[in-house]
Amino acid sequence: MSMPDVRRGAGGAQIQGAGGWGGQSTNLGDILERVLDKGLVIAGDIRVNLLDIELLTIKLRLVIASLETAKSVGINWWESDPWLNADAADRQERRRAAGGDGGRELADLEDENRQLRNRVAELESGDRPEAGAADDEVRARPGAGRRSRD
Amino acid sequence: MTEPRGVWLYAVAGQVDAAALTGLAGVGGGAVRAVAAGGLTAVAGDVELEEYSEAALRRNLEDMDWLAATARAHHQVIDALARQGPLVPMRLATVYRSFASVIATITARAGDFRQTLDRLGTRKEWGVKAYMADEPAPAAAPGAGPAAGAGTAYLMRRREQLSANQSRRREAAASARTVHGELSRHAAEARCHPPQAPQLSGERAVMVLNAAYLLDEGRATEFAEAVTVLAGRHPSIRLELTGPWPAYSFVGASAEGPGRSAAPASTEN
Repeated sequence: MSMPDVRRGAGGAQIQGAGGWGGQSTNLGDILERVLDKGLVIAGDIRVNLLDIELLTIKLRLVIASLETAKSVGINWWESDPWLNADAADRQERRRAAGGDGGRELADLEDENRQLRNRVAELESGDRPEAGAADDEVRARPGAGRRSRD
Repeated sequence: MTEPRGVWLYAVAGQVDAAALTGLAGVGGGAVRAVAAGGLTAVAGDVELEEYSEAALRRNLEDMDWLAATARAHHQVIDALARQGPLVPMRLATVYRSFASVIATITARAGDFRQTLDRLGTRKEWGVKAYMADEPAPAAAPGAGPAAGAGTAYLMRRREQLSANQSRRREAAASARTVHGELSRHAAEARCHPPQAPQLSGERAVMVLNAAYLLDEGRATEFAEAVTVLAGRHPSIRLELTGPWPAYSFVGASAEGPGRSAAPASTEN
């Protein structure tokens, strides 16, 4: 089977053979995704529910289960994945800003931001050349301490 | 005295050239045979029930090495046969107690199989995955005026970085949608699968599209060119084309459904 011979072509497209002869070069993930979750499902005499497999549950189900299957077992991470869904990304940003995951880091950053702006404003204004001004002194000055939050 | 045997079913085809099966090693290393069933051909092989009974499968499927070897063996037989002509690939671990049972099952559903074989014909599946492109080298932040101090500059850079990340995500998702729409026009059918996580894809980059396209014979080159053109047009994502695959994603009821929708990302919530 002839394959277009492009690897990391000009436009950033990477083209690989699927089967190849021997198939060892084919990405295992691509094969597992197809043979575990795709292909025709008909009843065999030996019944094995692939979704009952613990390894699949833990290591694979989340990453290979089809959207339909995923939905049926309550996994809809795909739809809420911020990488795919701009709305979800926005929600995540808001959650973080509101103090969820990463909230502390952001709060720290904002704190640092506030202090540094105050300091910068003070230094640049030139009316308080003393570098050792304490933060609370700076905050006490109208117009310097308040304007950092908008 | 022989071990109890089971029969592992790989695929159902119209006709199979017996020569195509010669030398093929199936699951468990066994031979692969073509068996007539209801005017069709079942491609199947003996497996030892000691390893492929319900209890044994349940145990073995938990073993990643066993699973990997079995999945590859199953795929290799199907892949080799798909080069000869149309077939309907079976999902992994479709096992019967006898050839008679295989024949009875396929005969009972012969109409469905014929319909699917007709629909697939010589078409092949091609996979296209899109990853978020590597983060661009941080550009010198122009936002901070020359008079601003180092602290302000740092903070403004951080702010720009955060919002740049968000823009990159949006752009990648939008590009993935566009690419999928464009590529679907070259295909007889198209399906979006959930993106693979890094541990499965083996890629560090975030996957934003994992789609399959059913292409008419002879359209692979045109399709590959389209992928290259689209990759050039969408620098926010990196495209990867794989194929040809047997039409795993386009057989049976399990392949129907929401995955068919034109857009890879739902916006309904």
